[in-house]
Amino acid sequence: MKILVPVKRVIDPYVNIRVKSDQTGVETENVKMSMNPFCEIAVEEAIRIKEAGKAEEIIAVSIGNQSCQETIRTALAMGADRGIHVLTEERVEPISIAKILAKICESESPGLIISGKQAIDGDNNQTGQMLAALTDMPQGTFASKIEIDSEKVKVTREIDGGLQTVNLNMPAIITTDLRLNEPRYASLPNIMKAKKKPIDQKSPEDFGINVSPRVNILKVIEPPKRQAGIKVESIEELVEKLKNEAGVI
Amino acid sequence: MTTLFYIEHNNGKISDQSLKAITATTNIEGDVHGLIVGSNISDAVAEASKINGLNKLLHVDDEAFDNVLAEKLTQVMLNVANDYDYFLAAATTTGKNVMPRLAAKLDVSQISEIVSVESADTFIRTIYAGNAIATVQTTDAKKVLTVRPTAFKAATTDSAECEVVNITAENIPSISEFIGEELTKSDRPELTSAKTIISGGRGMQNGENFELLDKVAEKLGAAVGASRAAVDAGFVPNDYQVGQTGKVVAPELYIAVGISGAIQHLAGMKDSKVIVAINKDEEAPIFDVADYGLVADLFQVLPELEQAL
Ligand SMILES: Cc1cc2nc3c(=O)[nH]c(=O)nc-3n(C[C@H](O)[C@H](O)[C@H](O)COP(=O)(O)OP(=O)(O)OC[C@H]3O[C@@H](n4cnc5c(N)ncnc54)[C@H](O)[C@@H]3O)c2cc1C
Ligand SMILES: Nc1ncnc2c1ncn2[C@@H]1O[C@H](COP(=O)(O)O)[C@@H](O)[C@H]1O
Repeated sequence: MKILVPVKRVIDPYVNIRVKSDQTGVETENVKMSMNPFCEIAVEEAIRIKEAGKAEEIIAVSIGNQSCQETIRTALAMGADRGIHVLTEERVEPISIAKILAKICESESPGLIISGKQAIDGDNNQTGQMLAALTDMPQGTFASKIEIDSEKVKVTREIDGGLQTVNLNMPAIITTDLRLNEPRYASLPNIMKAKKKPIDQKSPEDFGINVSPRVNILKVIEPPKRQAGIKVESIEELVEKLKNEAGVI
Repeated sequence: MTTLFYIEHNNGKISDQSLKAITATTNIEGDVHGLIVGSNISDAVAEASKINGLNKLLHVDDEAFDNVLAEKLTQVMLNVANDYDYFLAAATTTGKNVMPRLAAKLDVSQISEIVSVESADTFIRTIYAGNAIATVQTTDAKKVLTVRPTAFKAATTDSAECEVVNITAENIPSISEFIGEELTKSDRPELTSAKTIISGGRGMQNGENFELLDKVAEKLGAAVGASRAAVDAGFVPNDYQVGQTGKVVAPELYIAVGISGAIQHLAGMKDSKVIVAINKDEEAPIFDVADYGLVADLFQVLPELEQAL
């Protein structure tokens, strides 16, 4: 079985976000970039499945500009076998990402696709579900546990009220939640080895997909800042303020 | 223009998240039809039919929907999709699971967690963990949206009953199967609808110490939440997590205890009306958003707080 893992390059989660003064977006020049944390978890899970002898090959796919090669290299250094880079300078929406991934699924026929539940830049949480729709595959979103049993995969999902377990026919799509696993760091020898692993370069046109956005971003602004509050000295003072000043208890 | 709104329910009650999210439709022209699914849910159907602003209620009365799987629910909406221009649901784990699948089937983009409807095609949503606010305009004819409930006031359920129409579920795929659910039991109010929330972080040190928060919560009638660090460390179940990738809450009062205030946590609670932070590190970033900060050891002051209430 092959496992396909879509990985997105995003601004590092620990970087302070700066909104551009012309309100067109967020500053990305000279900002530290990383693999989306949920995608790291997806790569890790695929590697564990392969290590357990349940998969033969892991393919990491990234769609975006030239630097996405680095993100694919990171996946290869962790343990993915080969990469596919779909080069485009445009901002690509989840529906178009899903269409490209659906085409890749057609040619690669993976048994599982493991993606992140959410990219922490756009906070969309859509791509996996959309890919499932386009390929008519079942979906196990927000996974905190994955168990493969020949033709089926059992997925424990994090839902608002707790946990839900579903059984999916394979091929299936799974999106990762934070507690699925703890991703490994790539070792130096593996980083060296990753340099020799192949990355196939494609373009959206190769798949016949028009990636022009359907949703225009009219304006991006900073959120309103909360007024700085005060420090209280004691619980007594806190309770008094909450009662008499804020009126919330 | 006609809107289809997916209504969630639980134990015979309409979800508070749905009641809040449906308010977003008041800024969209035309009729609003609700969709509710499940068998033996007459109480929920009766309540839903009285939601203010609802013109019609579609009910799928079928045991196949006692548990809602995305593959099935998407098909139900697809079956009636020709009649609708807008498709909305609350941005709950169900809404997030289903609506992108529907959008892709309709070959449209989906817009996630809107906090405002600006016009027929323009919406506001947050990106980058709430560190930026985007105004977006869709060019798609059919619009599929999820709504962040905290941004809207709950609709009331006291209007005259609207027309209820039973629809049959056709072409339902059987590629996935529901196995079970393990729901967290708690006597406390639900996190997303509570007026007061007290949350604990890594500073709580272990699960047993959350009892200190429970006792205060008891007095305040509050829900108990947590940071991801506390959830990851296994102090509390996953559904306690507040933040960018957990639950978004906006209570009247949010008390953060032993939480440093990482941006991912702030994303889930900084729209609360009043924020209190208790932390022993006076440099902790949580104090930057707190209306009232108390620099103290939580183990000393939580019992005092319980006493003082
Ligand atoms: C992709 C991604 C998504 C994430 N999503 C979320 C999310 O949704 N929600 C979330 O919360 N986090 C999220 N995080 C994690 C986030 O970055 C922080 O790591 C996390 O919020 C830290 O939790 P904490 O404040 O409890 O722990 P810490 O940062 O370790 O802070 C503990 C605090 O407790 C204080 N303390 C310790 N002992 C005491 C005491 N005795 N008395 C008083 N104070 C004490 C300390 O001074 C400290 O400030 C996410 C991270 C990533 C990468
Ligand atoms: N440009 C991209 N390249 C590769 N994978 C992507 C891309 N965008 C999104 N994904 C995948 O889809 C997941 C969810 O992203 P989103 O729907 O944008 O929140 C990510 O965690 C990735 O696994």
